[in-house]
Amino acid sequence: MWEYTDKVKDHFLNPRNVGTLEDADGVGEVGSLACGDALTLYIKVDEDGKISDAKFQTFGCASAIASSSALTEMLIGKTVEEAEKITNKDIAEYLGGLPREKMHCSVMGQEALEQAIKNMRGEAPSKMEHSHEGELICECFGVFDEEILHAIKENDLKTVEDVTNFTKAGGGCGKCIPDLERLLAEAHGEGVCPTPSSKPAFPAQGMTNIQRMHLIESVIDNDVRPKLQADGGNIELVDIDRDAVVVRFLGMCSGCPSSQATLKNLVETALRAKVDPALTVREG
Amino acid sequence: MKTIYLDNNATTQVDPAVFEAMKPYFTELYGNPSSMHRFGGQVGVKLKEARASVANLLGCSPEEIIFTSCGSESDNTAIRSALSARPERRHIITTAVEHPAILSLCKYLEKKDGYEVTYLGTDERGRLDIEEYKAALRPDTAIVSIMWANNETGNIHPIEEMAKIAKEHDVFFHTDAVQAVGKVDIDLSRVPVDMLSLSGHKLHAPKGVGALFVRKRLPFRPFLIGGHQERSRRAGTENTTGIIALGKACELAREHMAEENTEVKRLRDKLEKGLLESIPDTKLNGDPEHRLPNTSNISFGYVEGEAILLMIDQVGIAASSGSACTSGSLEPSHVLRAMGVPFTFAHGSIRFSLSRFNTEEEIDFVIETLPPIIENLRKLSPFSAEKQAPACTKSFSE
Repeated sequence: MWEYTDKVKDHFLNPRNVGTLEDADGVGEVGSLACGDALTLYIKVDEDGKISDAKFQTFGCASAIASSSALTEMLIGKTVEEAEKITNKDIAEYLGGLPREKMHCSVMGQEALEQAIKNMRGEAPSKMEHSHEGELICECFGVFDEEILHAIKENDLKTVEDVTNFTKAGGGCGKCIPDLERLLAEAHGEGVCPTPSSKPAFPAQGMTNIQRMHLIESVIDNDVRPKLQADGGNIELVDIDRDAVVVRFLGMCSGCPSSQATLKNLVETALRAKVDPALTVREG
Repeated sequence: MKTIYLDNNATTQVDPAVFEAMKPYFTELYGNPSSMHRFGGQVGVKLKEARASVANLLGCSPEEIIFTSCGSESDNTAIRSALSARPERRHIITTAVEHPAILSLCKYLEKKDGYEVTYLGTDERGRLDIEEYKAALRPDTAIVSIMWANNETGNIHPIEEMAKIAKEHDVFFHTDAVQAVGKVDIDLSRVPVDMLSLSGHKLHAPKGVGALFVRKRLPFRPFLIGGHQERSRRAGTENTTGIIALGKACELAREHMAEENTEVKRLRDKLEKGLLESIPDTKLNGDPEHRLPNTSNISFGYVEGEAILLMIDQVGIAASSGSACTSGSLEPSHVLRAMGVPFTFAHGSIRFSLSRFNTEEEIDFVIETLPPIIENLRKLSPFSAEKQAPACTKSFSE
């Protein structure tokens, strides 16, 4: 069971401002049934530019309902300019915190608010699913790169797990995880350098035999051995004869029924990727 | 506030008679059953009785029972043993609706050890296709592992037929019967499964004890290596109190089997009918005919499962949800998704699982209490049947 604060429980069990505003000045709709949570936010703005009323309808879990309820309470009485400054962190703080895995509920609130204000200003048609520009990253939950980058920067996210907690991206089939890693690197200023035209076709290209042997040793030491040791096994390099690498399994790997699979799927794959795709590995 | 416990597929109340049976072995009769002295020996005798009781419930011989710590250990032992016994075979068959004890292991074996795994799909009611299963069998198939009954929907799979087919192809057959044991009649003298897993806490014994049936003369490789307990097939000092409790629970399960299939089933059906008839946009998930007598999985359209669970928790009703938000994952139940249940309904699924300790009054209370809770949650929701395009429910039969 999730550990919710008393305030989350209160807003979930006694949600404030539930419903629709027929004469709303701005409507923001985010999420979908497929995603498992959705929020429609309605705002009414008075002559002084203050939000005089806000209502919501939410499909989702306790955090989603509580975040929506909290958001409406935070909005009423604020000017639109003040409301624009509300972030998902503010919503979570208002509730005394949310479980990290549920932070996407607060992000949904912030996104709905942005959409409602845009809609009020005539920047997006009323009652329409917000349209995204950019690249669709997570097909399972329909999350675009701009949302992910925004969440990373806004919340100083460091890991893919963080990104999933805050945006849901990566929480389905997992195919987009490499893209999430790329966006994290981009957001933290670690963009990939342009590929030089003189880049070798494979890491060992152009190396002397000694350099190549050292690279093979290094891949076995750093990439292969720790994985085998984690399962109580080990490996030793026996010989290198042109493209043929001969190894010996030790410990739990020795005589293991899966050793041939380990040889091909772990050892050979690592050496081919990090040294030379022509390499073959056998036990000796 | 009294708790109305309808989550018996998660765990069960320890039967008071089971608790009484195990109590002396904590404080007075605490000897090690492997000891040579009489003080330990008398505990060994009780273990023997417990083994006979488990065997009696399954229709096998006591020598074919290995005590384990849980269903997951039994499942892991069965699959790893089969793979070790026939290392040249690199293919496994299971289903997309198994418990994580099987699914996560299979995914691990695929990723780490290069095994190929076929995950059999289901139809919209969660039923397996025998022809798909036959087509999946290969000369290099090492083991088939298919659950006897599904933990979420209660669907009972045609294990006898599937085990026979595996035997014809000389393939080991394991079944995770954790949910089935004690609820359906299992006779291993007739059903040719090679290995079967069960768990104590699903049939009114405590948590932390399980068993694995391994058919006589089946090649077997232990998972836990150490001492000579369990005839060297599972090392480690026995959980004597747990095993004695399991033995008593199996004895009671035999006595109550008829009740499971009449009284428990009657209450389940009453609950199901009451909810489906009084709440619009609800669907039953699973096979209405071939199902555990205690399980009902109902989807409440346009509301989310965790919200329902927390609302009913407020009035003392404990159940489970296949919704994503309760599990920590973001996608709803893999079982419901494998069945093609549309998102409209998958996110709002609730599993009610009864036991012989539930009463008519409790069921009446749930039938009366749930409709206004669902109605209130729907008032909060931006979705409803009217607002949804028909395509959302098109693939969902009945």
